[in-house]
Amino acid sequence: MSKSERPNPLFRNLNAKVASIPMILTAMAVFVGGTVWTVLYSFTNSKLLPRLNFVGLDQYYRLWATPRWLISIENLLIYGAISLVFSLVVGFLLAALLDQKIRFEDTFRTIFLYPFALSFIVTGLVWQWLLNPDFGIQHVVRGLGWESFSFDPLYNSSIVIYGISIAALWQGTGLIMCLMLAGLRGIDEDIWKAARVDGIPMWKTYLFIVIPMMRPVFITTLVIIASGIVKVYDLVVAQTSGGPGIASEVPAKYVYDYMFFAQNLGQGFAASTMMLLSVVIVIVPWAYLEFGRRK
Amino acid sequence: MRYKLLTAALAATAALQFAGPAAATDLEVTHWWTSGGEAAAVAELAKAFDATGNHWVDGAIAGSGGTARPIMISRITGGDPMGATQFNHGRQAEELVQAGLMRDLTDVATKGKWTEVVRPKSLLDSCTIDGKIYCVPVNIHSWQWLWLSNEAFEKAGVPLPKDWNEFVAAAPALEKAGIIPLAVGGQAWQSSGAFDVLLAAVGGTDTFLKVYKDKDATFAAGPEVAKVFKAADDARKMAKNTNVQDWNQATNLVITGKAGGQIMGDWAQGEFQVAGKTAGKDYTCLPGLGLNEVIATGGDAFYFPLLKDADKSKAQEVLAETLLDPKTQVAFNLKKGSLPVRGDVDLNAANDCMKKGLAILAKGAVIPWTDQLLSQDTQKQKEDLFAEFFAKPDLTVEEAQKRFAALIASAD
Repeated sequence: MSKSERPNPLFRNLNAKVASIPMILTAMAVFVGGTVWTVLYSFTNSKLLPRLNFVGLDQYYRLWATPRWLISIENLLIYGAISLVFSLVVGFLLAALLDQKIRFEDTFRTIFLYPFALSFIVTGLVWQWLLNPDFGIQHVVRGLGWESFSFDPLYNSSIVIYGISIAALWQGTGLIMCLMLAGLRGIDEDIWKAARVDGIPMWKTYLFIVIPMMRPVFITTLVIIASGIVKVYDLVVAQTSGGPGIASEVPAKYVYDYMFFAQNLGQGFAASTMMLLSVVIVIVPWAYLEFGRRK
Repeated sequence: MRYKLLTAALAATAALQFAGPAAATDLEVTHWWTSGGEAAAVAELAKAFDATGNHWVDGAIAGSGGTARPIMISRITGGDPMGATQFNHGRQAEELVQAGLMRDLTDVATKGKWTEVVRPKSLLDSCTIDGKIYCVPVNIHSWQWLWLSNEAFEKAGVPLPKDWNEFVAAAPALEKAGIIPLAVGGQAWQSSGAFDVLLAAVGGTDTFLKVYKDKDATFAAGPEVAKVFKAADDARKMAKNTNVQDWNQATNLVITGKAGGQIMGDWAQGEFQVAGKTAGKDYTCLPGLGLNEVIATGGDAFYFPLLKDADKSKAQEVLAETLLDPKTQVAFNLKKGSLPVRGDVDLNAANDCMKKGLAILAKGAVIPWTDQLLSQDTQKQKEDLFAEFFAKPDLTVEEAQKRFAALIASAD
């Protein structure tokens, strides 16, 4: 009797569970299986073909002694910090401005979101031209009369990563703005009315009431931006191919180059395992805070 | 009755299918020859193969070898092999051979007496693994050339240099005339290749072999190689204003007289030809940078993946024979601008620079190239080092040499 009243939770929504089995299996086999396989083979000296010939941590020692990998990590940190801060701040500001019930909102939204419709390869090529000293911004400004004006970030080793960041921000900020705008629209009108009645200035309302209420949107945005940072590859390939020299290399490109050009799978796997590890270090504490404490 | 009819019909279709390809077998051949001159050269190969009654299915992959090789390798390892594929002979396909994915051509080679006709011998050696022959070399491409623009030197008012040292001495005059002394494109393989050429030219053949063949790290850290790094330092200073990426754009700077010279392989010759320039009058070539006249025997070869289809395997043999045929060799290499792999062919139509190369080859002044001596892994690390060295003036010569020696110590 009691059984029929309280069914086994395992069999609740049975249809949905059965339907999701293929996806679960795919995820297990492809994602988890692939990850385990990659990590396992990163401890081998596999060259062109995977071979189970274990060499311990040799690939990792070599990785961390390689100047190109260290430069890649440094670039990723700079690029990550810039993307994170600027796309959040600029995206939110644009969204807040659009939220002021302005005229032609749709037009502005379209304009800001348009770059996102372009792939990173196209974005990279466009900005390669814009930042080229002989054709782009520098050429135009010099043509206007400022002869000594110099702006060639892609040809200067020490600032090339900023040149790449500019292109990334131009491409990605529109999407962040739209996400933020959706979040802002989700805030109840009554909150605004109440704040106005209490005489709280607008910037304070945003900062202390609206932003804390938009927490889920911020988290979604953060995940999107962060995953975009770690996997950045095509933008660099299109804009500089890692140059000048190796000044704008990024980890994902290191992985690709060593797996396929250098025919050294072990080294590529070691590098990709380090990338995974860095993501895990960021995600796990956050997931723990986010999902763990609800219990 | 009905059953019998059906079997007969089936048998007939099967027979038809079988008979079809036997008459003219389609063989897909992948390669990365896509520029104008290269495509014309490949067309010669295709023509020769089609003349044998088979059919050449062209599988050109755009981009350089670096782009094409991963695609070829993943097709072979992924169980979708092509009929034949280009690689640079040497160690690029070594592991594919060891894994048993490539076809042993020893029988064809014995029949065609390859060991007697292929010159220099080192070409066939790099096709040989454990005493068996796995590839057909089709041409020799050498890196050891300095291409000079006669116009640029005239404009700067200095005599045309006869070797690298005179070229370095002429650099200030060129710079004063607003000419980039040395054009080196931004792609990593260009700076790394230029260094290897300097190693063989400034350091000499023994130095080159001691570093890349014996992989003597102590020697690589020593004074002989330091001299080469000094020359590389000169080169990067002379090249610092080159704002181009691709090798042919850099060659174009020399063609138009905007740059004094370029260290580049003999494939650059095709660019001069397309631009309508004459060797000796508009441009000058110095093999071995005028210091050490040697030619490295890098180049292209065709490998044949192991196939299950008997007809296709037969066609592979025909293709292998066709590639080494004297007539094909001449037609192909004249279009490609490279040197033929047999010594018994007639190359009267060759231009001045090609003739210089042939003379050096006849003297036997050849060295193996890095594709034959080093693994792709080591090559890539070397590229990373020299890309950084050429782009970053504050990377000192001493530091670079230390890193180079460490690289040689771990090289394979």
